[in-house]
Amino acid sequence: MAQKRWYDYLWIFSALYLVLGFFNILFAWIGLLCFFIPIIISAVFGTKSYCGRYCGRGQLFQLLGGKCGLSRQKEIPAFLRSHWFRYGFLIFFFTMFFNMLYNTYLVFAGAGTLKQVVTLLWTFKLPWNWAYTAAGVAPWVAQFAFGFYSVMLTSTVLGLITMLLFRPRSWCVYCPMGTMTQLICTAKNHKKINL
Amino acid sequence: MVKTKKTAVINKKLCVGCGCCQAVCPLKAVTVQGGMFAVVNTDLCVGCGKCVKACPACVIKVEVQA
Ligand code: SF4
Ligand code: SF4
Ligand code: SF4
Repeated sequence: MAQKRWYDYLWIFSALYLVLGFFNILFAWIGLLCFFIPIIISAVFGTKSYCGRYCGRGQLFQLLGGKCGLSRQKEIPAFLRSHWFRYGFLIFFFTMFFNMLYNTYLVFAGAGTLKQVVTLLWTFKLPWNWAYTAAGVAPWVAQFAFGFYSVMLTSTVLGLITMLLFRPRSWCVYCPMGTMTQLICTAKNHKKINL
Repeated sequence: MVKTKKTAVINKKLCVGCGCCQAVCPLKAVTVQGGMFAVVNTDLCVGCGKCVKACPACVIKVEVQA
């Protein structure tokens, strides 16, 4: 067994993140790290080492599906790994993401009111008012937190489902961050590496 | 005698570059190149198949090479 490095424990961070959202929604802001770090690594260094090393979510699925045996270990259906599905999901994901930013903007501009809900799978609205007290932060800050936590929870649920059905890290096949960093790296490196 | 050797072969068009194969390979024979796709170093690979089982996109096969 290879020696464990500090970054082999980042799954704790991912698990903690999901738990903290149940206590105070404002912790959701920390999730922006999982957004910017992979993009910066791929844009600056041209590698996907975020996926290979630092992604706590990938590690969490590996742990639950692998060590804990919660995965059926079956092959993923071909359509899920097709470029159509992966790029389509990336576009869909970002459309919903910008929609979330727009809702945040509406609250910021005073045209919308803060909705204390976490939306699961872009459809199911779960009341989440226990994790928020209107103290000290602007409503749009909280609105973003609810929206961003929805994104994170939704992707975790999808990831858990495909982990159960297929292989532990099946989520990584269609993970928008994984697809996007691969696209950035390809744009950066395709001329250098001709294989 | 004809030497045969088993080695992992990756469909790089469908590889998502997640690095799961890299993490399990006992011989460090497979690496994700430039964040694009994984490439097997056939000199190092012994065809054990660990990466085949780990790949979430199921794009690795062990093949016999002449
Ligand atoms: S594909 Fe997504 S979930 Fe998987 S390791 Fe990369 S960023 Fe993490
Ligand atoms: S595990 Fe499969 S999809 Fe992931 S980098 Fe290796 S070959 Fe590519
Ligand atoms: S078959 Fe075994 S030795 Fe070859 S790349 Fe896969 S894990 Fe490494």
